[in-house]
Amino acid sequence: MIKDLFYFLIFPGLVFSGIIGGFFSWFDRKITARVQFRQGPPLLQPLYDFVKLLLKETILPKNGSPTTFILAPVFALFGAVMVSVFILLPAMGIETGFNGDLIVIIYLLNIPSLMYIIGAMASGNPLASVGASREMKLILSYEVPFLLVLLSIVIKSGMSIKLTEIIAVQSQKGAFIGSVSGIIGFIVSSFLAAIFFSGLNVEGIHILWSFLKVLVVVLLITLIRNTNPRVRIKQAMRFFWIWMNLLAIASVVLAILGL
Amino acid sequence: MGFKEKCFKKSLWLFHFSAGSCNNCDIEILDCLTPRFDVERFGMKLVGSIRHADVMLVTGIVTKKTKPRLLEVYKQAPKPIVVVAIGACACTGGIFASGYNFAGPLDNVIPVDLYIPGCPPKPEAMLAGIIKFLNKK
Repeated sequence: MIKDLFYFLIFPGLVFSGIIGGFFSWFDRKITARVQFRQGPPLLQPLYDFVKLLLKETILPKNGSPTTFILAPVFALFGAVMVSVFILLPAMGIETGFNGDLIVIIYLLNIPSLMYIIGAMASGNPLASVGASREMKLILSYEVPFLLVLLSIVIKSGMSIKLTEIIAVQSQKGAFIGSVSGIIGFIVSSFLAAIFFSGLNVEGIHILWSFLKVLVVVLLITLIRNTNPRVRIKQAMRFFWIWMNLLAIASVVLAILGL
Repeated sequence: MGFKEKCFKKSLWLFHFSAGSCNNCDIEILDCLTPRFDVERFGMKLVGSIRHADVMLVTGIVTKKTKPRLLEVYKQAPKPIVVVAIGACACTGGIFASGYNFAGPLDNVIPVDLYIPGCPPKPEAMLAGIIKFLNKK
């Protein structure tokens, strides 16, 4: 019980993923600044922003639902922390997880974006509802290719839906990389690192190597975002639904054929 | 200087309100975000809504049309908020002070913390003004 609480609150959970998430949000802003030939914010910028936002006045919506408005971010944080616990414990080999944790992770990964939508709707602001509908369209567009890619991973690892087994298969047969946005970006990328780059290792010098794997994924995401700054939601949906789905289906077919 | 104050000064989010300006000061504000001046070094960034802002940059004379809107936006701001009058028009009314639609200057409408004169003020002048203000407070 105490061990579980420690996992949730301190090490792979709240405190750890908060600090690392802050670092990656700084990394993202710094890379963006360097791409635009700017200097960028200092390393402690996420901490300053966090403390300042705590000091500011909280305004509750008059026309919306204040309870939902306050609770939505709490649930979003809860979902994000749970995902980081479920992913990082098996990825670092501390605990083996349970059968089917991949499916739980897929559900939990959806909670933060779902809570953004619910919180935005609860504010009673027309502009926020526009943002919510855009977020909804994005979820609809990226969810299907994401699930298809996961399906091909599951097929390749011999129909296993347990994260540790997927990692174990990769350490025997080699990494799956051939078949192929703060806290959430870190989680998604460590998820990618766990799935495609044969897990994270926390013994001695391997910590650095594991960290580099995650850093490379974040760098790639940031560079893609910076080189395509003017993509509209419509274009994003077309890109995901047509091209990414085709690629993902191709990877599923190749996985079934055993390539 | 306490830790809280330091955090507040290190992470100022700017909201830009044009109360009837000729767009010249607004362009100079945008210049502060360019690679040459880069206010993000100091943790400042431009936000799209007054609900997220710590600093309200007001440019232009306050016209009779924009005065009620300005008051409403000021009321919507989460406190504490710093109001900066940018340009000669916002500070004094400038050459439009005798105009028929003049309802300002800004400090007659809302309390102002910092004045940056100039027509338009240079980005260097704005940065220097804000840094001086932060060091004084």
